[in-house]
Amino acid sequence: MRCIDELRIAMWRAGRWQGTGTGGIMRLVGEGLACTRGLRRLFAALDFTVEAGTALLVTGPNGAGKSSLLRLIAGLAVPTAGAVRLEGEGADPEAGVAEQAHYLGHLDAHKAALPAARNLAFWRDVLGRSGLGVEEALETVGLGGLGGLPVAVLSAGQKRRLALARLLVAHRPLWLLDEPTTALDVGAQARFAEIMQAHLARGGLIVAATHAPLGLSGTRELRLGRIAVEEVPA
Amino acid sequence: MMGAFLAVLRRDLALALRAGGGAGLGVVFFLAVVVVTPFAIGPDLALLGRIGPAILWIGALLASLIGLDRLFAADGEDGSLDLMFTLDLPLELVAAAKGLAHWIATGLPLVAAAPLLALLLNIEPKATGALVATLLAGTPAITFLGLIGAAFAGAFRRGGLLVAVLVMPLTIPVLIFGVAATTAAITGPVPFGTPFRILLGLALGALVLGPVAAAAALRVARN
Repeated sequence: MRCIDELRIAMWRAGRWQGTGTGGIMRLVGEGLACTRGLRRLFAALDFTVEAGTALLVTGPNGAGKSSLLRLIAGLAVPTAGAVRLEGEGADPEAGVAEQAHYLGHLDAHKAALPAARNLAFWRDVLGRSGLGVEEALETVGLGGLGGLPVAVLSAGQKRRLALARLLVAHRPLWLLDEPTTALDVGAQARFAEIMQAHLARGGLIVAATHAPLGLSGTRELRLGRIAVEEVPA
Repeated sequence: MMGAFLAVLRRDLALALRAGGGAGLGVVFFLAVVVVTPFAIGPDLALLGRIGPAILWIGALLASLIGLDRLFAADGEDGSLDLMFTLDLPLELVAAAKGLAHWIATGLPLVAAAPLLALLLNIEPKATGALVATLLAGTPAITFLGLIGAAFAGAFRRGGLLVAVLVMPLTIPVLIFGVAATTAAITGPVPFGTPFRILLGLALGALVLGPVAAAAALRVARN
């Protein structure tokens, strides 16, 4: 619990998102989004708004386009139609959504040959060093003392925890989480719920694709999949 | 931003120099090509001295291409490449940092090994200096042109030969002027500086073109 409190304090100190910009509360707006993979239209005319301090859970059956939606928001894929933007107080109008977002995909983005702490330090350096230190972050996700081990010898759950630690070493208002609790044990899931809740309390935004409830309060659900098998007319 | 650039450089260097990172592979290949050649050509010292610079250059060119296909592909497979798109550091500079790290790990050792291998090919001492200078200017050019092929290999998940096929034609001018400058230093009649300056120009062009084109290829292929 102490770690979570420290995290809250560190996030409050960083204060990066309490800018004095105009335009009301920060929000992520998606307008008329459409995504086509191959010949399949995954979704079309999708509108959503996520306000600061709230989480949007993207649910739906396998292949409904949950991961694709997250990749669209992160700028890793180009939508067939529509646009996503981050607006309001604290959002940087110069930067794109991608530069203000943490993307946590299925892949953990670790180099197996390098020690855990070295991997995390790298992401801390390139993402801007605006969050916790490496040791603190490892401590917070329950990997304290394991930083010297190569990632190759960590278990799947420990690798996932290390990927979650990346969210803590640099402050970015928007967290895009694709099945974040995969391979996590019950304790780690609870701890991660606390971390996400702390992020929301600080005015952060979360969009998470998930099958399992994440244990968050104040969430809304975006259900994909009804139109999942619609063929695109030639 | 400089910090992020150096972080990418340091990480890629650490990965390349680690056991199994593949940095030593280029030098071993270079060594093999150069050591085997005198046996194939036979005991004609004059001939060897004349074609020696060309053999060293061909060896360096091929050795520089080793490992390029994994440069972005490895990051693509473990998910790092996705995150590179979300950095404040422009993708061009990410590509440049990775190219620089690759050159330090594989290109620089070739330059360092060249004087020793020049002895095996009966290249005169005064020409060895010219050879090292041309390799020092030419190998970065090859690596940075190679970034373009590396980006395609990473983006389309087709490694290996694709890099050689894409990159080899682009590196021909570098090879021509690299060998021309070395030969000029040995036999003349053109002064060493003339082809060497063109080589430097090609290298500077490659340093700019390579990362920009590689980043463009990665952006087009994302999805």
